[in-house]
Amino acid sequence: MSNIVVDKSKVPWWVSNVIVPLVNLTLALLVSGLFVFIAGENPIEAVKLIIYGSFGYIQGFAYTLYYTTNFIFTGLAFAVAFHCRLFNIGGEGQAYIGGLGVFLVAINLSFLPVPIVWLLAIFGAFLFGAAWAYIPAYLQSKRGSHVVITTIMFNFIASSLMIFLLVDVIRDTNQMAPHTVKLPEEIWLPSFEAFSGFLGMKIRYSPLNLTFLLAIASLFFVWFLVWKTKWGYEMRAVGHNTQAAIYAGISPHKNIIIAMCISGGLAGLLGVNEILGVSHKIQAGFPAGYGFTGIAVALMGRNHPIGILPAAFLFGILYQGGSEVTFEMPNITRYMFVAVQGLIILFSGALENLFRPQIESFFVRRLNREVNA
Amino acid sequence: MEFLSDIASLINSTLRISTPLVFAAMAGIFAERSGVIDFSLEGKMLMAAFVAAVGSYYLSNPWLGLLLAIIVCVCLSMLHGFASVTHKGDQVVSCVAINILIIGLTTALAAAWFGQAGLTPTLNEDQRFLEIHLPFADALRDIPVIGILYSDILSGHYVFVYLAYLSVPLVFWIVFKTSFGLRLRAVGENPSAVDTAGINVFTMRYKALAINGVLIAFAGAHLSTAVNANFFREMSAGRGYLALAAMIFGKWHPKTALIACLLFGFTDALQIRLQGVELPAIGEIPVQLIQALPYILTVVLLAGFVGKAIAPNAIGQPYIKER
Repeated sequence: MSNIVVDKSKVPWWVSNVIVPLVNLTLALLVSGLFVFIAGENPIEAVKLIIYGSFGYIQGFAYTLYYTTNFIFTGLAFAVAFHCRLFNIGGEGQAYIGGLGVFLVAINLSFLPVPIVWLLAIFGAFLFGAAWAYIPAYLQSKRGSHVVITTIMFNFIASSLMIFLLVDVIRDTNQMAPHTVKLPEEIWLPSFEAFSGFLGMKIRYSPLNLTFLLAIASLFFVWFLVWKTKWGYEMRAVGHNTQAAIYAGISPHKNIIIAMCISGGLAGLLGVNEILGVSHKIQAGFPAGYGFTGIAVALMGRNHPIGILPAAFLFGILYQGGSEVTFEMPNITRYMFVAVQGLIILFSGALENLFRPQIESFFVRRLNREVNA
Repeated sequence: MEFLSDIASLINSTLRISTPLVFAAMAGIFAERSGVIDFSLEGKMLMAAFVAAVGSYYLSNPWLGLLLAIIVCVCLSMLHGFASVTHKGDQVVSCVAINILIIGLTTALAAAWFGQAGLTPTLNEDQRFLEIHLPFADALRDIPVIGILYSDILSGHYVFVYLAYLSVPLVFWIVFKTSFGLRLRAVGENPSAVDTAGINVFTMRYKALAINGVLIAFAGAHLSTAVNANFFREMSAGRGYLALAAMIFGKWHPKTALIACLLFGFTDALQIRLQGVELPAIGEIPVQLIQALPYILTVVLLAGFVGKAIAPNAIGQPYIKER
């Protein structure tokens, strides 16, 4: 228990929004280093491999940005719901179902002109993801069933449903593995190497594609929606103080539904990157934990698009650099990076106030001294 | 006769499958009655499974494995308390952090120590718990009714099964019949009143979390050193959440939570039997739908078709002492 009282109005924004998160991140990474050591590898070598893997060559950097794309979507998804005080930890399932939306739209409407198919497929992803989030939202709002449990259950249910569809309904019957047929090549989203080839550069394959720009656009979309519209204000009011919002005539039910649907829709957009951009088919388990990583991204980015962008980039580095590490270090598997995510959520989410009073009062005193001198 | 023995084996597996849920639900009751949300049952159960399996493998004694699991789970509960009671961090975020951390850490360490598959080595008979056959179980088998009840349903379970069902009246007694239980419930309902009465809210919550850690360790050890003979990745498979749903469905009460746990266990036992079975008129049910049944049931039960669940009043709110 710290007894330091800090006058919040005197704390500069960059201390609470930059210095404190960086300190928390550093703590999480230090503990991660300890885990790497326990697993029998050298943490400093691991950091070198991560930096080389994610920045050392263009292909690696493209992979980093590809992962960043996914994390922007899932990070924004968690953040939007969180502003309404809803813990949407069902991003994984919503992304899975969103992928179904992309695929169904794209395969059935592939005769349409290309940009229109893309737009409709994006819409399909959003709609399917939103629909999968609607039921937990409704149950939370009307029946009080905790959204954490229902969204987790919906992850399991989504997984069962998709395996059923992939095995029995939409499987590519020429293949043994449970995945669909490939989408026609004309409607694939242009990849980074095609784009750089157009500029005269030769770059080896990477999954980076046009969806990256959609992710950047989503950042602006969320910023505008949450901070610049009446609905965003209402939603934050419900999240901040439901009773006060009700007295102000704001409907919690409506806002819970909208917040969760937008959240689910954003998670669904992951399917655009994975299916329209990269694999061009639905594979079993394609969301591969990106939905959960979104929680860490959002909490590290303090649930704001400006924070989510660097946080998503950091996780892109960890994922891409991490695959370099798992390749070079036999004792480290990708699960080590799941543990790192947990630590980042712990230190920048649950324990975010661990050193905040000390750090803030340190800077407030220093700044006061400068003013007085 | 075959029908009866089918029923008996269904009840038998219901009791076995419900065991980790019962421990977890009882653990959840302690945390939540004191006002601390505990979604981290899932992660703690997984960690207990890992620690019990590894501990028992190296120490060649399942009881020592269980002891280590208890120590580690109490530490994790203390971590949850440190974040959400002492530092007033968000309780749900703290739980999500612990769950994700444990999913990653257990599999990463299993892979680093025992090879890429993320499995711990198979335990031999000395390293795991074995089924307990009650005295005269074989002799009494042929007596009608009593034979089935005693020999096929009551006998032949792992020690955890008996402990789980014994823990329910014990938890009921502690929570509702002792002064500790009264304080525990008061801390979850109205912490400032308890504080005024001179009881330390933080200490009470830490005590509740410590008991929570002990109970959840049994659930994990049951999974990896009794029903299975090793740890494998994500072997808790959502049971922590199911137990929490059962607890909420049981309105934070040991007896009703037990019934909900048995209902989940029964669904699970039934789904194993339903796989591949042709049902009249419907035909074969897709295996994926059957596997999803416990999760669907959770959602349905939580939707509260038996009335809205009323949580302890102060749940989820960090207690801030006035200065």
